[in-house]
Amino acid sequence: MTVLRIEQLEAGYVRDLPILRNVDLVAEHAKLTVIIGPNGAGKSTLIKAIAGLVPVSSGRVMLGETDITGLRPDLMGSHGLAYVPQTDNIFRHLTIRENLMLVLRRAPDRATRLEELYDLFPALRDKRGDRAGALSGGQRQMLAVAMALANRPSVILLDEPSAGLSPKIAGEVLDLTRGLTEQGVTVLLVEQNVKQALRVADHCYILAEGRNQIDGPAAQIASDPVVGEIYLGGKRMVAS
Amino acid sequence: MIGVVSYLTFFLTMAGIMAIITLGLNLQWGYTGLFNGGVVAFFGAGAYGTMILGGPAEPGQFGGFGLPYLVALGGGVLLAAALAWVVGLLTLRLRHDYLAISTFGVAVALESLARNSQWLTGGARGMRGFPRPFEAVIESNFLFGVVFLLIVLAVLALVWWGIERLVHSPFGRALRAIREDETAARALGKSPTRLRLWSLVIGAAIMGAGGGLYVSYTAFVSPQDLLPILTFQVWAMLIVGGAGNNRGAVLGAVLIWGAWTLSGFALTRLVPDSMQLDAGSIQYILIGTLIVSMLLWRPEGLLPERISNPRNTTVAKAAHTSNKE
Amino acid sequence: MIQSLLDGILTGAIISLGAIGLTLIMHMLRFANFAYSELLAIGAYAALVFDRLFSTLVPVLDEAFAPLTLTGALALSMVIAMVLTGLSAVVIDWLVFRRIRQKADPLSMVFASFGVALIIRNVIVLIFGHHAQLYSQEIARATILSFDPLILIKPDQVFVLVLALVLMLALHLVLTRTTFGFALRAVAENPALAQVAGVRLTTVIAAVWIIAGSLSAAAGTLYALTNQLNPMIGPVFLLPVFAATIVGGIGSVYGAVLGGFIVGIASGLALLVLPSGYAPAMPFLIILAVLLVRPQGLFGEDQR
Repeated sequence: MTVLRIEQLEAGYVRDLPILRNVDLVAEHAKLTVIIGPNGAGKSTLIKAIAGLVPVSSGRVMLGETDITGLRPDLMGSHGLAYVPQTDNIFRHLTIRENLMLVLRRAPDRATRLEELYDLFPALRDKRGDRAGALSGGQRQMLAVAMALANRPSVILLDEPSAGLSPKIAGEVLDLTRGLTEQGVTVLLVEQNVKQALRVADHCYILAEGRNQIDGPAAQIASDPVVGEIYLGGKRMVAS
Repeated sequence: MIGVVSYLTFFLTMAGIMAIITLGLNLQWGYTGLFNGGVVAFFGAGAYGTMILGGPAEPGQFGGFGLPYLVALGGGVLLAAALAWVVGLLTLRLRHDYLAISTFGVAVALESLARNSQWLTGGARGMRGFPRPFEAVIESNFLFGVVFLLIVLAVLALVWWGIERLVHSPFGRALRAIREDETAARALGKSPTRLRLWSLVIGAAIMGAGGGLYVSYTAFVSPQDLLPILTFQVWAMLIVGGAGNNRGAVLGAVLIWGAWTLSGFALTRLVPDSMQLDAGSIQYILIGTLIVSMLLWRPEGLLPERISNPRNTTVAKAAHTSNKE
Repeated sequence: MIQSLLDGILTGAIISLGAIGLTLIMHMLRFANFAYSELLAIGAYAALVFDRLFSTLVPVLDEAFAPLTLTGALALSMVIAMVLTGLSAVVIDWLVFRRIRQKADPLSMVFASFGVALIIRNVIVLIFGHHAQLYSQEIARATILSFDPLILIKPDQVFVLVLALVLMLALHLVLTRTTFGFALRAVAENPALAQVAGVRLTTVIAAVWIIAGSLSAAAGTLYALTNQLNPMIGPVFLLPVFAATIVGGIGSVYGAVLGGFIVGIASGLALLVLPSGYAPAMPFLIILAVLLVRPQGLFGEDQR
């Protein structure tokens, strides 16, 4: 079942200068879809456009049966779409609890939901009174994911959650995103860490120069030497 | 007849002085994007500096050096430039607001200094009796007026020419570069802070020259000349004329000075005597409304030339990119 | 010396109330709002209008709460003035600043704020005149705390200080205990992320203007209660509130509170050595000192 469908999307920061052209993309229910591609391909711009942070000049973003194209970013959550930016994705001056309560402030059962989130990420419960700025890199991503999960979204967009983390922690964070799909959440992930991303993903899109290039099951992309050669910027940057 | 001509000379001389000051602001704001909230401070530094150096001696008061006219004028200009240099040094590496607040603060501080430092500035009654330039050669008041107008116009032309040369020089191109894209300019090895400082100082020197000319024309300066209204008038001139463009600046100066004078006349005639005190307030409301309306409906001014440069940031930007419901 | 300190603390409390809103506005909307201190004037004059109205219509309210000169009418008027000034701040933003920030750079808003200040100030002059006014004709008796050195304090001044502190405490509780407070702090830190977290920016901006307007109205009324009211209250407080904001660090509410007291006390003490004519220049000297020593202020982060 398709949860998120992007049709012929054209978007960019400056009028008449789109970064994305005619991008099509489909994310299936409870699957992890990854977008990879060289630097400057427009990957981040794509998920920001979906989240309503980059103006869309044409095309559509469909969430289930709802057209959410160009919706105000603060309304995306109420439609079941959550977005985790790459950097600065938590409020450093707020405590862990305040960060979570902020996103939960409209939730009817916020006290219970807060406990559920702490159960999901026990490390956060231990530090709930600390300022979020004091967290380690991995814990920050954990908090960011917890905030995205708080209102039980159907789709989560993640922009390079492994950026800046040590390989070990990066692997753990990607496992965590994989785990989200098991709870029935549809995940759309942008990653530079191709090898790890393809390991956890179900489906893969390759974006270059603001356009779709190739897509297919992650396993198939990972083992395609030509794809590795052309788009993944490297000689044999394929999963072993 | 001679009354009309002599009034016209007076009007044009004042408009010319305002145009010189507006050109100074244009260098700062129009070409460099620097917000000067205390135009009157640099004007005042030029005026008081010229007066102290070139004016007559007063008992118990510093100054009265009676220096030659050009030396005194040069001193006033230098004083204005030095003031700008100090303010710029402290604020230009910080966010834009600091320059706005500090220049505004300089104006307030200078006014209270002028009002209270009897020994230096003559206090509230000001300083009078600046020797009229060329007194030995020109005796007639009328002739002096005409000659002085020509001098003001000559200075205006000189300043115009100088700014045009400046903005078309590598210095001017660098100024534009930092205004359009500071990061890129920095990467190319330009020092934005130094360039901005120069622009601020040169602009202030020009304003100081305006102040020096003013004091030598009226032979008198007092704290009343340091009121913030001058700053607002000069802004209105630049905004109405069109920032980033010398023709616009001069046009705006003449138009606004004309409108200010006319509205002053009209209000003294039309408003009953009992409400004469309010006439000034009405003029202030008019100039405030003019500034706001221009910014709302014609921000580029009457003669636009400036390359648009949206410097939207943070909330302003975030709110802008997502104003769809 | 101690008298100057007391007076400084009192002025400081009023400056603090004024600076809280300004620091939030400067941080969130990125512009130095030179029309900001006119909100004090709007508030103080609104309180004057309602005070006259209530004391005429409902004479019972005209009784002062002894030993204060504060009457029930004025207390009620101050609350109404706070609401009205908050709303005026929102309306001014909608009419002018919001429209300018949608299409131009923040510095155009600074220009516009000067224009707005000129309009508000002179409309007040046209309506109320240049002369000073008082809420109450009663003479406030000072209590002598000590004869040598002579220290005088009026009950009204104690009330002003207490009320200012109560208002600050209330704001503190809102910021740290309510999800609305979290949303406000979130927008102050990272507006784009706050949107992603489901916060509507226009709502928070309006809320900040309301907070700013109502605290300024309180500051203006409290100042007029202990001094007198004239149309120059706006320009008189302009540099002090800016100085408090810069001392505290732009964007820091607690910095603004502390900065307000520092500016008030420093100005009060400076008058011991300087003639009072120099008082308007004091905040500027404080600004210069901060820029020299610690440009980001005590608690500030953004300075670029």
